[in-house]
Formats: sequence, structure tokens, C-alpha cells
Amino acid sequence: MANQPRTPRSAAPKGASRVQPTQKRDGKVARGAEQHRLKVKDKSRSYLRHHGDVARESFDSLLRSPLTTLMTLAVLAIALALPATLYTGLKNLQALSVGWQGDPRIALYLQEGVDEVRAEQLSRELLLRDNVAATELISAEQGMLEFKQTSGFGEVFDFLEINPLPAVIMVLPKDLSTAIVPVLQAQLQALDEVEDANVDMLWVQRLEAFVILAQRGVWVLSGLFALAVLLVVGNTIRLTIENRREEIVIAKLVGATDAYVRRPFLYDGFWFGIAGGVLAWLLVQISLLLLDTPVSHLITLYSSNFELSGLGFIETFWLLLASILLGSLGAWLAVGRHLRAIQPT
Amino acid sequence: MISFENVSKRYPNGYDALNQVDFSLRQGEMAFLTGHSGAGKSTLMKLIMLMERPTNGRVLVGDQDLATLGHRQIPYHRRRVGVVFQNHQLLFDRSVFDNIALPLRICGYDPDDAARRVRAALDKVGLLSKEKMNPVVLSGGEQQRIGIARAIVHKPQLLLADEPTGNLDPKLSVEIMRLFQQFNQVGTTVLIASHDLGLIGRLPHRVLTLNQGRLINDG
Repeated sequence: MANQPRTPRSAAPKGASRVQPTQKRDGKVARGAEQHRLKVKDKSRSYLRHHGDVARESFDSLLRSPLTTLMTLAVLAIALALPATLYTGLKNLQALSVGWQGDPRIALYLQEGVDEVRAEQLSRELLLRDNVAATELISAEQGMLEFKQTSGFGEVFDFLEINPLPAVIMVLPKDLSTAIVPVLQAQLQALDEVEDANVDMLWVQRLEAFVILAQRGVWVLSGLFALAVLLVVGNTIRLTIENRREEIVIAKLVGATDAYVRRPFLYDGFWFGIAGGVLAWLLVQISLLLLDTPVSHLITLYSSNFELSGLGFIETFWLLLASILLGSLGAWLAVGRHLRAIQPT
Repeated sequence: MISFENVSKRYPNGYDALNQVDFSLRQGEMAFLTGHSGAGKSTLMKLIMLMERPTNGRVLVGDQDLATLGHRQIPYHRRRVGVVFQNHQLLFDRSVFDNIALPLRICGYDPDDAARRVRAALDKVGLLSKEKMNPVVLSGGEQQRIGIARAIVHKPQLLLADEPTGNLDPKLSVEIMRLFQQFNQVGTTVLIASHDLGLIGRLPHRVLTLNQGRLINDG
């Protein structure tokens, strides 16, 4: 706006219009239009007040047609809640798998002939290795006891005369990377006392791969739903603009800037965004509440103390920010496209 | 105040709405613009309002060459001009008060100051008691006076009126014209497009006559 020589905005503060008193034919000095000047301080205050007014009016206008507004909000909330729910589900899945992923131990099932003393000794020998962080011996008796407690098939053993379980040494490698663990596993497998060295790595890897795939899926879906939100807001704003065409034309005729005309519609988008975001948050939390009981039942069966977590503070912040931005952007796109077409004729 | 220098306007469809129009209006002057429909009255008004741009020539308003004003400066130019329309262009979703306050809101006036000015404008057009009404319940003459109040509420230097008495009976028309004369007496430059020759003839103001886009009479 640097180069506008005689526009009121650069010559005098907004709204000022000066008319010099003119000498009339009858010789009297006409009082003319009185001067009106806005001070710079007043100008910024009036700008803020104007924003407040427009925001409130936009909010009121949405409330004035509650059904339409509610329908739009429902669509927005669902479109936002779906990816948010998937994200939350994925987050819980990851949290669940972290407990297992943390320690990919190598289970050494010892040969039948190895007695308890030798097993104990071997366990200590292994601990001396550089690449072993910890070992734990589970004797055949211990193993049977644990099995009875956790599996629910304890009675089966009562029919057996001997304990069929081998002694097991659990080895925790120092380096847990998927490249190193199999090497250590092969070394341990080669020991005379070891019948079988078993690492439950494969399913962890599969789970990892699945989580990565699901993450990608959530992102793709989020992108699609974000697009849907943009379109829904854009279309709603387009209809509002059409309904207020007359008002826009008159406002432009009496000197409204593009920004002034645009502002109420951008606030519409903002309100749609924030309300849609809050509703989406509610939808996610309610869905999780509904899932909570069956999930905790399932989790007890797996004797884990995992707890279903909803959207945290930061995630809620991102959800609201995203929905506000999407709402405003949708409005901005619609306004940019349609307002230019409305000119006084 | 207004100066047309050899102004022509040809619309994209090839229609010549104005042809080498040359005149100027002093500050504080009041003039009528007349001619048959299609003679170019509306186009001339639109050029002053920057709703159209001339094909040739220069239009100056208050020493400002309108050609130098870009799209972004148009609103600030329009704030210096008050316009009265034949069909009032009032908004029926709000009160008389809010209709008149619109230009002030757009210019960013303080609400108290704006309210004072709205009431002053309503008082001038004699409709102070109707401020809270919806303009839809008012008569044609009253609606036109609301339109005038809105055009002068921000005290523009220049007041334009496009067929302000178009739909009114002779008695109301005279009242409306008297209003314009009052504003002119306090220093506002007034240009009124009208084809009501009978009414214009009885008033002592300059008359610009357009015929097929040419200014054929000025006096």
C-alpha cells in the first residue's frame, strides 16, 4: 500500500473524509461536511473491535440456522474423527507391542540329559560373554509351576508321571538389533547342551511392518478426509456467499474492501473448524469409552496391565489446530473463488 | 470536483455507451444528468464509482485521476462518494438504523460516534422515528429517503443519485429533490441522473443532456 497517492487510507486514517468549507454564491461560508478524523490509536482499537463484532456475528448467524449448521458440523466431525480414531487405535497397538518388543530374548531349550547343576553353570558361563546382557535359568520344575499358573491347563500335568518340560535359559542380548540377535542365536544353538535356541523375533518384525503399513494408511486416509473437510466447508461457505450476494454488492458499493467482505466468511470457516474439531474429539473419546470395557476384558485374559489411552493433550491440540486450519482454509478457498465474481453492476 | 476529459466507453460487445464526453463539475455544484434510457447516464455514473473503466479519456474526481487507482484503492475512492440508487438497495434483513450505519461500520467508526451520525442522517431525511423498523415495512418514498440517509451518513464530498425519483409520485419527487438541494447548500457536490424533465425544468440547476453517448447540451 506504499504507492497510493490520494486514497483516504494513505492521506488520512480510515474513515476520514475531509471537505474544505466552500465559499457559496451568497457569500456565506458553508459549514460543509464536518471533519472526521480517526486517530491511529483509535484505528487499531476499532480494527480489533470490528474483528470481535464480525466473529460474534458470524457465530450468531450459524446459530440462526441450527439444523443446517448441525448437519455440516456432523459431517465435519465424522470426517475428522475417523482418522483420529484410527490414529488412536494405532497408538494403542504400538503401546501394546512396545512391552513385547522391548526384550527379544533368546530362549535356550536345554537337552534332556543336562542336569540342574550343569544348567546353572551354563547360565553363568553365558553371562560372561560380551554380547549377553542377562541370563535367567528356568528349571524344569519352575517352568511347570509357571505353566500351571498361567495357562489354565495345570490339571493336565497331574496325569503325567514325569515333567515333560525342559530347563530353559532365557538370554537377553546386549545388542537388540534385528541384525545381531540372529547371529547370537546361531552361536548359542551350536552349544552342546542346547537342544534349540528360539527367538520370537519374526512376529515382532511382522507387527512392526504392520504398524508401519497402518501408519501410512492412516496418513493417506487423513489426507482424504482433510480434503473432504475442505470441500464440505467450501461448499457451505459458497452457499452462504450466494445467500448474501445482495449485501456483498451493497457493501462493495459503499466502499468495503475485499478483506472486509471476506472476513465474516473466514470466521464462518473458523467456527466450523473449531466446532467440528471439538465434536470430533468427543466422538473419538466416546468411541474409546465404548471400546474400553471389552478391551480391558480381552487384556485381562492376556494377563497384561495395558490400558486403553485416548487422545492426549498434545494430540487434542493437533486435532483442533488441524480442524481450525482446514475450516479456515476451506472458507478461504471458497471466498477467493466466489467473491471475485460478485461485483456491483 | 468531477472532470470528464474526452471520455469514451465501449463495452466488450462493441456498444458505445459514451462518446467523447467532456465536462466538469465544480466543487459545491449541483447538476442534473438527463437523456433517454440507454443514453449513457448509468455508464457515466459507473465511471465515477469505478464500477467501470473508460475506454478512452480521463475521469477525475476531486483532482484524482481515477485511472491511477488500482483495484485495491477502489474501496477508498468509493468512501468519498455517496450514492443513491433508484431501487434503494436496502437490506431487508436488518433495521433502518443498521442499513444506514453500514458505510460507517465499513469505514471503522466508533459505534457511539456512528450512532450519533446515523441519527443525524435520519433526522435530516425526517425519519428519525423509524430507526428500529425494518425498511421492508416503509413506503417507497420512505425507503428512498433511507437510501439517501445511507448515502450521506459519512458526509461524502460528492453525492451521486441514479434516478432517485424513478418510482415516486410527483409530490414525493419534489421532496426528495429538496433534500438533495439541502445537502448541496452545505457544500456537497451533487450529480443526479434523472429523466424527469418536468421536475428538472422547474429547478435552477445545471442540466447535462446525453444522447446516444454524446453530451449534446450543457446548461
